[in-house]
Amino acid sequence: MTFLGAFAVFFAAIFTNNILLTNYLGMCSFLSVSREVKTSVGLGAAVTFVMAFTSAINWAVYHYLLVPDLVYLRYIVFIVVIAAFVQIVEMIIERVSDVLYAALGIFLPLITVNCAILGVSLFMVIREYTFLQSFAFGLGSGLGWMLAIIAMAGIRRKIAKSPIPRGLEGAGITLIIAGIMAMAFVGFSGMITLG
Amino acid sequence: MLNELFQAVGILSAISAVLSLLMVIADRTIANYGEVTITINDEKKLTVQGGSTLLSTLMSEEIFIPSACGGRGSCGFCKVRVLEGAGDTLPTELPHLSEEERRNSIRLSCQLKIKKDMKIEIPEELFNVKQFRGVVARIRDLTYDIKEITIRLLEPAEISFKAGQYVQLETPEYELADEPVYRAYSVSSAPSRKDLVELEIRRVPNGICTTYVHDYLKEGDAVTLNGPYGEFYLRDSTRRIVFIAGGSGNAPIKSILSDMAEKKIGRKALYFFGARTAKDLFLQEEMKAFEEQLSDFTYIPALSEPVEEDNWGGETGLITDVIDRRLDTGEETEAYLCGSPGMIAACIKVLTAKGIPEERIYYDKFA
Repeated sequence: MTFLGAFAVFFAAIFTNNILLTNYLGMCSFLSVSREVKTSVGLGAAVTFVMAFTSAINWAVYHYLLVPDLVYLRYIVFIVVIAAFVQIVEMIIERVSDVLYAALGIFLPLITVNCAILGVSLFMVIREYTFLQSFAFGLGSGLGWMLAIIAMAGIRRKIAKSPIPRGLEGAGITLIIAGIMAMAFVGFSGMITLG
Repeated sequence: MLNELFQAVGILSAISAVLSLLMVIADRTIANYGEVTITINDEKKLTVQGGSTLLSTLMSEEIFIPSACGGRGSCGFCKVRVLEGAGDTLPTELPHLSEEERRNSIRLSCQLKIKKDMKIEIPEELFNVKQFRGVVARIRDLTYDIKEITIRLLEPAEISFKAGQYVQLETPEYELADEPVYRAYSVSSAPSRKDLVELEIRRVPNGICTTYVHDYLKEGDAVTLNGPYGEFYLRDSTRRIVFIAGGSGNAPIKSILSDMAEKKIGRKALYFFGARTAKDLFLQEEMKAFEEQLSDFTYIPALSEPVEEDNWGGETGLITDVIDRRLDTGEETEAYLCGSPGMIAACIKVLTAKGIPEERIYYDKFA
């Protein structure tokens, strides 16, 4: 059950319960970085990495340190762990690859306040996932977020020259597209559903 | 109750302490690049702390690389040749580097971070470049669209430059500029006046800096500039000199002429100044006065479209035609040009046809 369960959680997190399109989390960077496919891929990869590992670390912190008496501390603890993790990831990327560091720019530190990442850690608690499931959920959510932002970048490239009504340009039309994409993703719910 | 409080505070502190410890370790190991040595032009060696950008590190060592955007990678001025110690070209540099520059290891110093020992090459003259704060001492109209700005330097109080070089004037944030903008202007005062910088600035419709200077700048205002820059200065030789300028291109020529007068350089010199009508002419007495002060100097203003009320008795026609008429030969002659790119290109044609080789024609490429 556990392995299969983790597998199901992984796929559900990508498609049917995509954290961006069903929960509308992580919207801010989704709207601002989805102008180009290349940067979307870079940010998507960084978000995926951070999500997968912070959900695992936060699971351990939550179950070994906070349960049973201090669960109310989870918000502050999760955020602090995420911030520290992002900071270290940033240092490593800067050390290892100047090129990737320059490509991600300001969006790398901004991952810290990407609400989808805190969301993953909180959902994992609410849904009572095991360690393996939490890691799978983090990884899947990250990939799902990446899929959504790349798809959005592709669509935005297509509509770059379209006559968009004034007042809907920019964030307006992007939100409408995100809504339509969300409806399309509901179509996946025939495959797997997450309790 | 008290127990629970201690537990909460204890756990939270423990988590924070562990994370802080991790961050400190990471900062000391992953983000620590140690001391590195920058070798400039194979002679000057600087020992600096690694991890910052090349531009800001050089700036803290008082070496000013021209930079208009303040290190955000949007102007592309801060190019430096990095021979050793740099990684691959960054995506943020690509828009500013040509294929050839990339082959020659030219990099944007504001994007490049120093991580190990580095060997770089920068033009010798940049060692002399400084940032100056000053105050506008005088503004006067030279013509209806050219103003002369005199800036008294405060900090540092003196500038040393070669006659003909330019400085970059900072336009602060205002209606047309949402960030400080720098524009290059030739100095028109003599190098002997180390305490002031005089600029001739022509209004460019909707120009960010010229609009600021013409409509906003007042006497007594504080200004910031940096310099000096440029290869446009009088070469040491005995050849005859031909100066050619139009509009505010007069500035560096005026500086060179003043310098020649002070140093009593008696080389034969001609100065062709092109304008459309008499109201585009300025500083006529000053230029004529140089004919007295210099032993063999002729000032030749020319109007391309004189109107009747100008009562013009001098040369008429395009500046290129006037040069063609008045310049007998290009032998043993060197030329100094300052004006619009179109004027410079046209004049180079005439001068080379007269026999002046291109390497003896000097001009600043602004625009």
